[in-house]
Amino acid sequence: MQPTRTEGPDYYHKVVDCQWACPAHTPVPEYIRLIADGRYDDAYMINWKSNVFPGVLGRTCDRPCEPACRRGRVEEEPVAICRLKRVAADNKSDVGPLMPPVAAKRNGKRVALVGAGPASLTVARDLAPLGYELVLFDGEPRSGGMIRSQIPRFRLPEEVIDEEVGYVTRLGGVELRLGQRIESLKGLLSEGFDAVFVGSGAPRGRDLDIPGRKEAAANVHVGIDWLSSVSFGHIEKIGRRVIVLGGGNTAMDCCRTSRRLGGEEVKVVVRSGFEEMKASPWEKEDAIHEDIPILNYRVPKAFTHENGRLTGVTFEIVRAEYDDKGRRNLVPSGEPDEHHECDDVLVAVGQENAFPWIERDIGLEFDRWDMPEVNPVTFESTRKGVFFGGDAAFGPKNIIWAVAHGHDAAVSIHRHCMGEDVHDRPPPGFSLVSQKMGIHEWSYDNDISLDLRHRVPMLDKAEALKNVRVEVELGFDSRLGFAEAQRCLNCDVQTVFADNLCIECDACVDICPVDCITFTEDGEEADLRSRLKAPALNLDQDLLVSGALATGRVMVKDEDVCLHCGLCAERCPTGAWDMQRFTLEMTHAEQMGGAA
Amino acid sequence: MTYIAKPKLHHPALTPNALGYLRRDYEGSVSTLCAGCGHDSISAAIIQAAYELDLPPHRVAKLSGIGCSSKTPDYFLGNSHGFNTVHGRMPSVLTGANLANHELIYLGVSGDGDSASIGLGQFAHAIRRGVNMTYIVENNGVYGLTKGQFSATSDRGSKSKKGVVNHDAAIDMVSLALQLGATFVARSFSGDKAQLVPLIKAAIRHPGPAFIDTLSPCVQFNNHAGSSKSYDYVREHNEAVNRLDVIADRKPIEVDYEPGTTISVTQHDGSVLSLHKLAEHYDATDRIAAMAYLAERQAEGEIVTGLLYVNPDPGDLHGALGTTGRPLNSLSDAELVPGQAALDRINAGLR
Repeated sequence: MQPTRTEGPDYYHKVVDCQWACPAHTPVPEYIRLIADGRYDDAYMINWKSNVFPGVLGRTCDRPCEPACRRGRVEEEPVAICRLKRVAADNKSDVGPLMPPVAAKRNGKRVALVGAGPASLTVARDLAPLGYELVLFDGEPRSGGMIRSQIPRFRLPEEVIDEEVGYVTRLGGVELRLGQRIESLKGLLSEGFDAVFVGSGAPRGRDLDIPGRKEAAANVHVGIDWLSSVSFGHIEKIGRRVIVLGGGNTAMDCCRTSRRLGGEEVKVVVRSGFEEMKASPWEKEDAIHEDIPILNYRVPKAFTHENGRLTGVTFEIVRAEYDDKGRRNLVPSGEPDEHHECDDVLVAVGQENAFPWIERDIGLEFDRWDMPEVNPVTFESTRKGVFFGGDAAFGPKNIIWAVAHGHDAAVSIHRHCMGEDVHDRPPPGFSLVSQKMGIHEWSYDNDISLDLRHRVPMLDKAEALKNVRVEVELGFDSRLGFAEAQRCLNCDVQTVFADNLCIECDACVDICPVDCITFTEDGEEADLRSRLKAPALNLDQDLLVSGALATGRVMVKDEDVCLHCGLCAERCPTGAWDMQRFTLEMTHAEQMGGAA
Repeated sequence: MTYIAKPKLHHPALTPNALGYLRRDYEGSVSTLCAGCGHDSISAAIIQAAYELDLPPHRVAKLSGIGCSSKTPDYFLGNSHGFNTVHGRMPSVLTGANLANHELIYLGVSGDGDSASIGLGQFAHAIRRGVNMTYIVENNGVYGLTKGQFSATSDRGSKSKKGVVNHDAAIDMVSLALQLGATFVARSFSGDKAQLVPLIKAAIRHPGPAFIDTLSPCVQFNNHAGSSKSYDYVREHNEAVNRLDVIADRKPIEVDYEPGTTISVTQHDGSVLSLHKLAEHYDATDRIAAMAYLAERQAEGEIVTGLLYVNPDPGDLHGALGTTGRPLNSLSDAELVPGQAALDRINAGLR
């Protein structure tokens, strides 16, 4: 097998599973160490740079980092990365002075941003310090997009949104035109902007066109619209018995909101099995905790009604069948249909993009699903100077993806406005720095905490259900935050091996608590994987393979469950192993130069 | 040495042995030896062997003397009995313990200073009495603990780290053991666990005095050019006469060798030693030939390793003395104080 190429940023980046999984590539272990150290401001700013909304995301992120977390492979559960982010946001002092200064002079470029949600705000965050003039349009009277309209207040207080949107709008050159819905892209383009960014989300909730829908319309609501009305204070009550249709996170928000607006018998009914539901496991848990049953394998057939009033929903009971290719089909189980009585139904069966305001004759191509054709790297549409990001680009995802899109689109917009090729994008920068301070001293805490994942303290259930605007999660206090932070394995502190220094004494093999390291005859990867000290069965995880050593053997390290405890380096007599901190510098617009 | 304890978290794929223990359960406290010390590899090999043999930790007694090597019992089998004796006196204490309770598994761990200098007489007599034990010498040819003087196993002509040449003849522990009547004699290298672990397993299963001389480089004081106990020197001059597989309890043989190159030696307890020959004509059951071969190769500057001699049906001290066959702590007062009639009988026999 060829010696592993570790020269570029990718090899060691991939070892930091959380950072690799995060769409914005937030340097997770770095900010967790800062939290453990009580340096909340610094931890917050690292997050702010990567993901713009640490306080919001620390409560609501879909956390792709956590399923990826290495800790989850060596014990039961991953580090509570998301809620640690909130610890930084909750405990920081005034970070205003740490924010980028208002650009000394404007660069004369004007960019229109359609929608004032996370994608557009990220673009504004990246471009404002470079002297751009940024105009954000939004049909709603408040900024924040789905962060404000769809996420219920008991999960995300208003102040947090105001604060973090405020950090962006105060960067200078940012103008908010709220309550001003863009009805024509053609019209907007004629206003002479240097670039247009579309971050208008996926604002249309899918409806359920089954018998009785029209007749019972007064008590059948589309989930995201209903959530938005609750958020803006237009709706304050719901019936006693509520059925929520759908199994995604919006359904979970709908049912939990219902419980707080007078819903006593609230249930979620899904077509799929419980396991296959789209909602994150923790959101399902939270719903169940609030006494909301989730009934699965039930397909809604009809809304029943009496005298123009909804009386309930009829369901066909199905079961899952899998064909040869493992595809699932829901087939009738043959059991009699079930009727569930209710006073209100919330339909949360998905959401869609809608671009009625984009003319089809302006050189902006749409694909056969009526979605704009968007380059996945540059986020540019087929019309030069018009960029898309967030849910508007590739359909509904979540906030952290919108942020990642925003960063990349900002790079493109900057290149476009400077008259350069949007495809010409430098790779991220990175560095590796030894963490050795002394003979047994590292600049990070390499002792491995054996704590299991700490639970986030919650408000008493009876209290929480009384008010839709009272935050239900209390967050880790600094003591719990420290304990949870200590569970992080510091995967960014890398085991770096120098073959020319190794004397093959086996000291690293003997001390490694998780049998990562093997010295063996070289071979092809599949063969090598099978004859390591512990077989390397997780093919998603790379092998670090050295060049030939003095005996002709090679050193093979399986990255899979390495604890990054540094004992290999401590026991190494020649310094062939070293613990080096990997730092990734993402390419943001500010790194591109050429402005302000 | 290392400040933090080895984390308790282990690889999720580790499997328990027949007793339900993981390999990690056979570890001891974290080593305080220098980084890269060969002794730590020997500790790891002992841990591996104990795990593979399903040894009940509470049935093992580990004894040692003084020195770097003799510190190591603290670093393996943390749940076994231990005795750290006066310098060089491990063989006597082990002999005594064995006489009192022969049901324990005895593991003597010593070094070249402890066994070839101050304890040479002790070593010799424990071997010649045929104490059932596994005696491992962690041989680095240097007094590491006192900063690098030649030990009694340093080869004549080898150089110290400072460049001083050793004028004294070396004691060869393997030749001594063969001469003194050890019924299992092996030599190995800390840097070759594939060879060392099966040898330790076989030695533990051997029902007589088993001796393993393990070359174990001292990274700090004896791993330089001019040393004959460095990693590089041992690797260059290592001449293994055989490869050993220990097949306990009739498990199928895992390695296929060319027919005719493997011999099986069934030990008294039923364990089978499957020996794959690497040196043609080498017969590990012929003690005289082994001694001759060793002398011959040693004169060439080679280090012969492997299972050098095994007597599959050895006697031991208890057999020779006709002891009771039961641990002393299990004998009742009536057995220990048989009374006047028994004494009279003995006295009469001596008249």
